[in-house]
Amino acid sequence: MKLLKKLDTIFSILLFFVVPIGLYFAFFYAPLEKIMGLIQKIFYFHVSSAWIGFFAFFITFIMSILYLITKKIIYDDIASASAEIGLIFCTIVIVTGPLWARPTWGVYWTWDPRLTSTLILWFIYVGYVMLRQFMEESQKRAQFSAALGIIGFINVPIVFLSIQWWENTIHPNVVQKGGGGMHPDMFVAMQVCLFVFTIIYISLLIRRLRIIFLERQVKLLELD
Amino acid sequence: MNYFKALFTIVKKDVLMEMRTKEVVNASLVFAILLVIVFSFIMEPGSEVEKKIAGGIFWMAVTFSGILGLNKTMMSELEGGNFEALMLAPVDKSAIFFGKVISNMLVLILLEIILIPLFLIFYSINIVSHPLMIAVLFLATYGYALVGTLFSMISVRTNSREIMLPLLLLPIMIPILIAAILSTNIFISGSDIIYSYNWIKLTAVFDIIFTAVIFGIFSAIIEE
Amino acid sequence: MGSSNTENTPLISLKQAMKIYGHLTALKKVDLDIFRGQSITIFGPNGAGKSTLLKILSMQSRLTSGSLLYNNIPYKKLNDDFRYNFGVISHQPFVYGGLSAMENLKFYGSLYNVSNVEEKASELLKQLDLYKRKDDLVRTFSRGMLQRISIARALIHSPEIIFLDEPYTGLDSLASNKLSILLKEQLSNNKTIIMVTHDLITGLDLADTVLIMNKGKIVYNCKKSDIEQENFHNIYLETAVEKGA
Repeated sequence: MKLLKKLDTIFSILLFFVVPIGLYFAFFYAPLEKIMGLIQKIFYFHVSSAWIGFFAFFITFIMSILYLITKKIIYDDIASASAEIGLIFCTIVIVTGPLWARPTWGVYWTWDPRLTSTLILWFIYVGYVMLRQFMEESQKRAQFSAALGIIGFINVPIVFLSIQWWENTIHPNVVQKGGGGMHPDMFVAMQVCLFVFTIIYISLLIRRLRIIFLERQVKLLELD
Repeated sequence: MNYFKALFTIVKKDVLMEMRTKEVVNASLVFAILLVIVFSFIMEPGSEVEKKIAGGIFWMAVTFSGILGLNKTMMSELEGGNFEALMLAPVDKSAIFFGKVISNMLVLILLEIILIPLFLIFYSINIVSHPLMIAVLFLATYGYALVGTLFSMISVRTNSREIMLPLLLLPIMIPILIAAILSTNIFISGSDIIYSYNWIKLTAVFDIIFTAVIFGIFSAIIEE
Repeated sequence: MGSSNTENTPLISLKQAMKIYGHLTALKKVDLDIFRGQSITIFGPNGAGKSTLLKILSMQSRLTSGSLLYNNIPYKKLNDDFRYNFGVISHQPFVYGGLSAMENLKFYGSLYNVSNVEEKASELLKQLDLYKRKDDLVRTFSRGMLQRISIARALIHSPEIIFLDEPYTGLDSLASNKLSILLKEQLSNNKTIIMVTHDLITGLDLADTVLIMNKGKIVYNCKKSDIEQENFHNIYLETAVEKGA
């Protein structure tokens, strides 16, 4: 608990410096894209969110397995915290996707395999979070959500593949997606943004875990 | 006790109970037929049903009426605490689970067998227009029963089981649904059947992966 | 049951047993030895951990920490077949409403690999006055009848250890007499009985050892022969209720 509090402080300070750096790299360091212009800036946040969302669900997957093996509630805490944060980043992906797509391709939504898979992923983890809300008993909740955390994640490549094949049967000539030839400075900016988003993810995870622990302490006090 | 003997005992019990009460089949069958009729209003009156959407209607009817059936069968296990009693029996816990999967699969297959002539009568479409369709029916129904049984076991213990089951099940089922619908459409439209091979393989891979995963984690998610 | 069945080896041995559900500690370092042929009754206020203890002993729940031995063998080393030795009667009937009494017994009998199920089931149904209704769907049964069919269900495979969780709730006096007679018969066959109940009179009648639990601990453990029965109610009040308050 004390360690978490310390880490929370450290990461909050870290975020204070790191976030402006990320913004600087995205908006000033990276050159303006010739065709898409300013709109392309959203790309840094869109892709970073996608990566972090996916990484968060991967952490949920690993923690779910660890929980089922050890039955230690801490793994369930990390799994659920990570799933909630993953869901936030997933939402950012789904919102920024159409914002980028509209000026670029003229439509809000393309049934692109990546974007569509993200949407399905979003639904799976909305189910995960809702399942946890609808269950009272903490042990059963941990076991069942671990099952969902494992099955949901393993399903991701299968979903992606099926949507890709499905899209190919409808539009045999797929529209060329952006990001083909990237300027080296854009690439650097991209990586800086990814790093910043990772720091955001870790600090959110620490903060969420602290809240879970505090909630548990309150509950124990109520019981006594 | 032998694994398969235990599995078969469960299936035998479910068949006997279903023959006695006919609760599951009645409820889901009426709903399935109703869905087929209601879906026909997508088309203009009197116009011939487009072969492209028949597969979709068929699988949607199976999916949604299946959800009703899954909820119902799992309720009969929970009422009177039978599930607890089954977990006490001196048999592998996953044998009981896979017994329930087979029982649910039998109900779904019965549903499909009744829907097939209905498509001939109402839409003049033969769902089974190629022998390979049998494989699609079998593999897709197994995959649906497999994940559906697990999620119905989870959702019946939540406060809002009617909402939870479709919410958890449908996103995970996307690959199976796409594969089943598209390969059914390939057979109905008389396209080259080699296009269906990938879909059949995808369904089989889904079935194998999730059979192995659930077999591996089942006792860990169910024990108290 | 196992191999080494000397007088000194306990049938079930629980050491420093802890069970934590999420953030709730249901059992706090419980030690308990149970010997073959014993009849143990567990009393205690609600939430004392009685049902949890019963679930642990019948391998329905896993321990969070501590050890549980059957004939000196740790429970984790025993396979699924070992549960053949357990018969559980709970406040839930554990039978399917959509099947007849006979079909229920046959189903559970075949899960337990009982050889002559039909014969055994008929015998039990006769003993419990249910034989006439053996082909009726269980969902048409009254509460007392459900309780009786659940007793038959738990005894269909002649278990060595019988666990009972509040078996007398909902039973009329005739049925509860029948249950007592049946359980005494089991005891005379050297079976072991572990019962949780609120009913001081029937609970004491059947027991040879009495436990009282409170807040996840066994606060009282005594042979019945050492108890002055008239005093027991006072003992119960002192150990369970006051500390529970």
